[in-house]
Amino acid sequence: MANVMTANEMRRYTIRVAIYVVLGLCTIIFLTPVYLVIVTALKDPATINLASTWSLPESLYFESFNEVMVEFGPRIQNSVALVIAATAWSSIAGSLNGYVFSKWRIPGEKILFPLMLFGMFIPYQAILIPLFEFMRNVNLYGGIPGLILIHTVYGLPITTLIFRNFYVDIPDEMLEAASIDGADFWGLYRHVVFPLSIPGFVVVVIWQFTQIWNEFLFAVTMTNTDSQPITVGLAQLAGGEAVKWNLPMAGAIVAALPPLIIYIVLGRYFIRGLLAGSIKG
Amino acid sequence: MRSRKDRVIAFLMVLPSLVAIYIFVYGFIGQAIQTSTSDWGSNPAQPPLAVNVVKSYVGLQNYENIMTDMLEFSFRNSLANTFFFTIFFVVGCLVVGLVLALLLDQNVVGEGIFRTIFLFPMALSFVVTGTIWRWMLQPNGGINILPQQLFGLDPIDFGWVNSRDVLFPFEWGQVPTYLTYFGIAIIAIMVVNFAMKGRWRASQYGVIAIVIMGLVLMAGLWDKIWLPLDEAATEAIIAPKGFNAALIGIIIAAVWQMSGYTMAMFIAGIRGIPEELREAARVDGCSEIGIYWRIVLPQLNPIILSAMIILGHISLKIFDLVFAMAGPDNAQTVVPGLLVYIEGFRENSFARASAIAVIMLFFVSVIIVPYLWSQLREEV
Repeated sequence: MANVMTANEMRRYTIRVAIYVVLGLCTIIFLTPVYLVIVTALKDPATINLASTWSLPESLYFESFNEVMVEFGPRIQNSVALVIAATAWSSIAGSLNGYVFSKWRIPGEKILFPLMLFGMFIPYQAILIPLFEFMRNVNLYGGIPGLILIHTVYGLPITTLIFRNFYVDIPDEMLEAASIDGADFWGLYRHVVFPLSIPGFVVVVIWQFTQIWNEFLFAVTMTNTDSQPITVGLAQLAGGEAVKWNLPMAGAIVAALPPLIIYIVLGRYFIRGLLAGSIKG
Repeated sequence: MRSRKDRVIAFLMVLPSLVAIYIFVYGFIGQAIQTSTSDWGSNPAQPPLAVNVVKSYVGLQNYENIMTDMLEFSFRNSLANTFFFTIFFVVGCLVVGLVLALLLDQNVVGEGIFRTIFLFPMALSFVVTGTIWRWMLQPNGGINILPQQLFGLDPIDFGWVNSRDVLFPFEWGQVPTYLTYFGIAIIAIMVVNFAMKGRWRASQYGVIAIVIMGLVLMAGLWDKIWLPLDEAATEAIIAPKGFNAALIGIIIAAVWQMSGYTMAMFIAGIRGIPEELREAARVDGCSEIGIYWRIVLPQLNPIILSAMIILGHISLKIFDLVFAMAGPDNAQTVVPGLLVYIEGFRENSFARASAIAVIMLFFVSVIIVPYLWSQLREEV
């Protein structure tokens, strides 16, 4: 009689099957755009038309990627330079800020910290025109150094928040013990706080890297043709009328790849950065 | 133990960041407000990009322009678009995110893989998403021909971002009236709430407010202030306000990208519910569905509110997705974030762009400031 299911087991079994069916459908829906991007990017532009949108390529055609790399040209290097510098500066500053805000008393911190956090929620359109004026006045408009400065400053609220929430969990007793041994501000940071903050740095670096790589508003308004990052290149590639769709799709893959690789390899840390944006760590 | 010298060093270490934020956030906001009350970019005698451009104070004229001028209707369209975009985008992300989170809470095999798949669009740039979905939503290809290719059905006949259909049309002139009704409804709920708690004084004030608002409606006061907009000639020029169907595709793309985020928030929330709570309900004879309805969902309420605020403020700022999917010049899909770019960086109408930017900041602040305040107050 072991093969016969009771009504209850039957019901449970049906529910399990239904759950997997729905999950499978959701997976297909979420991955449909991925399928379309890949097949289109690998098609010979001569074979791309609306009717055959969904079909697999007849033969694999990789030339689009070469063409895209030429089209993007220096924009990829611009993005790399921008992302590395801005991520490094905003992470280092964020770590110091987080250390001070969590372990030192500074006058007015109950007001200063929220005022700082507000900076990560504002629509950047609200500061765009004064920023444009400012960058022109200090002669940084239109170049990578200017863009690095912008992303460093507007990255400070989130990096400070993540590090502060991270450092709050370090027991004060550890710092007290070290300071009895004679450690000063820098000693405590170097010997107690910094060695414990490697996961914090991973979260912050990943977060800043993806945000700055993906950013478009500053990229399109604060640059000139020589200093545009990759997102602007992609928008131009796809923006014209009567585009050959193999190029924008190959471009989308190239532009998406660095953050995607990070997400797949270090997903756990990525999610922590994501959830930190809703304030509580 | 910690010397005075170290405290000074600590302060000096955050000082550069504080000064930078002070200038780049608060200084620039002040400057944007100032610019929005000037004629920078609209005075023909002053080239906007000249080194010594003279900006004269014009009071609230730019605001008046974008709210009432016949030719400046894009801003009003963008407000209507943002309104509908926000509602459908937030509800869409909440529903999809909640469904995915609840499904993944069923001890599913391969849960990590599913989670990775549903969350990966969050790692993409809005520009990448927009480019991909623009191809997905080609009027004569993409999704539209999918039913034909899979099941031999008729292709879908819908232009997506090229559509000019308007759903839920309303008259711009009626907006204050709608808002008044909405306000009355909210206050009425509060009055009932206060009355049930026995707070008579508070509910009295609520009733007075309702009476005043009702009088305003009956007197037709809004029409007298607002109506000049709605003369027949004006209506002909101003595109009818409503939910532009061209936004539907953009909303779908945005939900595809962001619903993984709400899913992650919900999963974190569900994990935070102590198993004993669910176990106790089970012992009391609560069904599995009952457990979700009575225990899990109420525990998720604060997360739903946080998600609404985060998503809502993203939607108010949306720019790059619309830019990449519909282009910057699509009148049907215009949003305030895009208008600041067009008015400021294409037309060099810096003052008008600033006025739009300040209004954007106002709306974002209305939802973010109370949120920030409550979040940080709880913490301390």
